Amino acid sequence: MTKTIAARLKSTVALAAIAGQLSLLAGPASAFCGFYVAQADTKLFNKSSKVVLTRDGSKTSVTMASDYEGEPKEFALVVPVPTFIERKQIGVVDMKTIDHLDTFTAPRLVEYHDEDPCTPPIPMMSYASGAAQPASAVEDRAVRYKGVTVEANYDVAEYDVSILSAKESDGLVNWLEDNGYKIPSGAETVLGSYIKQNMRFFVAKVNLGRMQVLGNGYLRPLQVRYETAKFMLPLRLGTVNANGPQDLIIYALTKNGRVETTNYRTVKLPTGLDVPLYVKGEFGKFYKAMFDRAVENEGMRAVFVEYAWDMGWCDPCAAEPLANKELVELGARWIGDDDDRPYRSGRGANAYVTRLHVRYDAAHFPEDLAFLETRDRETFQGRYVLRHPWQGNASCSNANEYRKSLSVRFGQQARNLAILTGWPSQEIEARMKETGQSPQTR
Amino acid sequence: MAHDHTLRRRLPQLTAFLHRLSRADARYFQIAALASLLALSLGFIDFGAKPFSSALAIGASLVTQIVCTRLFALPQLDLRSPLITGLSLSLLLRGDDPWLHAIAGVIAIGSKFVLRIDGKHIWNPGGLAIVVLLLTSRGVWISPGQWGTSVWLVTFLAFAAILVLHAARRTDIALFFLGSHAALLFARAIWLGDPFAIPLHQLQSGSLLIFSFFMISDPKTAPDSRLGRFLFAFTVAATAHWLAFFMQMRPALYVTLIALSPIVLLIDKLLPAERFTWTPAPQGALQ
Repeated sequence: MTKTIAARLKSTVALAAIAGQLSLLAGPASAFCGFYVAQADTKLFNKSSKVVLTRDGSKTSVTMASDYEGEPKEFALVVPVPTFIERKQIGVVDMKTIDHLDTFTAPRLVEYHDEDPCTPPIPMMSYASGAAQPASAVEDRAVRYKGVTVEANYDVAEYDVSILSAKESDGLVNWLEDNGYKIPSGAETVLGSYIKQNMRFFVAKVNLGRMQVLGNGYLRPLQVRYETAKFMLPLRLGTVNANGPQDLIIYALTKNGRVETTNYRTVKLPTGLDVPLYVKGEFGKFYKAMFDRAVENEGMRAVFVEYAWDMGWCDPCAAEPLANKELVELGARWIGDDDDRPYRSGRGANAYVTRLHVRYDAAHFPEDLAFLETRDRETFQGRYVLRHPWQGNASCSNANEYRKSLSVRFGQQARNLAILTGWPSQEIEARMKETGQSPQTR
Repeated sequence: MAHDHTLRRRLPQLTAFLHRLSRADARYFQIAALASLLALSLGFIDFGAKPFSSALAIGASLVTQIVCTRLFALPQLDLRSPLITGLSLSLLLRGDDPWLHAIAGVIAIGSKFVLRIDGKHIWNPGGLAIVVLLLTSRGVWISPGQWGTSVWLVTFLAFAAILVLHAARRTDIALFFLGSHAALLFARAIWLGDPFAIPLHQLQSGSLLIFSFFMISDPKTAPDSRLGRFLFAFTVAATAHWLAFFMQMRPALYVTLIALSPIVLLIDKLLPAERFTWTPAPQGALQ
């Protein structure tokens, strides 16, 4: 009986354009505001997905991780891909590796401590750490699944993967629905558009039996590798019927330089600004407010750069450098080594990471994201600065001037915070006073 | 009513003003529009233009014009066209080394003097420099020019206004091209079943505007007859569309324009019309 019910339960689908999953399926996503002290973790953003996109010439690899929190049996993924995919081009990646890259590239809070104003300044810096069942068996399959070809079925770790090609969206929708992929209304036209562009469909569901045998207890990110002239990420399916905007973090690993979107504005987030000391206790909340405001300022029509840096070095490092094998696991197979050693340090390395953060919905992002790898190797990081005033005794003439300069500095920090986050100035000033920073108001 | 009256009184003045404007050299307005865009990019909304690279592109274009004017012993030095080329390069071209912008300026203006057939240069200087660098240097790329909707719209209106004020000139090719390009994008959306938001979004590229109003519409390299200009604009739009969407080539526009420019000679033979000169220009001036 239970079996029958289980079999009749149609698996719902986190219908993904790459990784944007339907929010209604995900469990109560938790926002860890204020939990991460010094890093703006992607977990801050509800309904967020992560994609590691690597590109070497036309060799492309896409690793998809979503914050899917529902039942594994209800998980499903539909991703348009530009070519046929062989078994050896599909794999699963350890979530820890993506988390490592996430931490390594996360926007960070750095701290400086003022020196004794009575001694010559020696700048010092420390890093604040932490850094189905067929619906109609009687209906003729040939008619119902008209134009659909299941080109291959693969067992990939805990997933059952199929590669489909289709000639008509009707047949494809029927096939997907009969196989337990719940397709939101409106997806049909988007699928039709991909079909006409000769895209195939990479569809995956969880195989509960194998998941049990593997004993993971959670779903690992899927990776698919292929060669294509199209350097893009399909977003459109994920926006159909989506319940509000979604966040996507793209970690682009390339050989030569920064990646930018060619069909949307790529904008660097404000960075390098001094903020009041109390932000240390709520960096997550600060970062989220700042990102919300940046999105608003650009009319939600931009893709934001959070980090762009040569993988060979970092300053300050938000985490240990990635090991060669981690980079290879994520798809950067060109780097040469795949051992446990940290990716070689030194500038001019052959791996460059661009971390892009986009908040999207169908109205503001009608078209899929298209990318371009530039030769720009300039470094950029989302970095916010805390400056601790000198706390010791100081009784020289400089000390008075220093003390006077502090309130001006605090005033600037308050203004920075207000501009970045849109928080009311009075509230900021009150909070600053609580922590011993009395800003000079204009 | 009083408002109406004032307007009626002012109308002849306005017409006279517009008439005077339309007789002025369009390039002054073009320079003003491009310079404003560059200032906007450098000072306010970052489109990616860098001050040093921009200075090199503009400087190299002007210096090359001066040197070539001397070398070719031309009676008069005209710096308006090279200034437009330098500004366009600043807005479009990106490179990992600022000196690539200087090279671009030299190639652009140099080509105008060297690559001539029958007294007419064949390739748009800026477009040629971009394609030569794209093919020979791995360190350059083209800014897609995502300026945001409002800047795009204001720029489009400004460029179009300059064009309309000088309707007698042969810059109608800009509109022929934009029309063909847009029609193809909309046709594609209809074929794919995509919402029109997609082609509308695809049109909002700053790079497309500079291409349309300053490269394909370069009156010195466009066909002489109106029908010829329409045929050429449509051919470029269709070929670039095919290259971009079916061959996945980016950026297809510049490559297409440069590859197809020689057929302008053929078009001019088949559909002859009066050769263009910037007016008023002294005889022998090379612009």
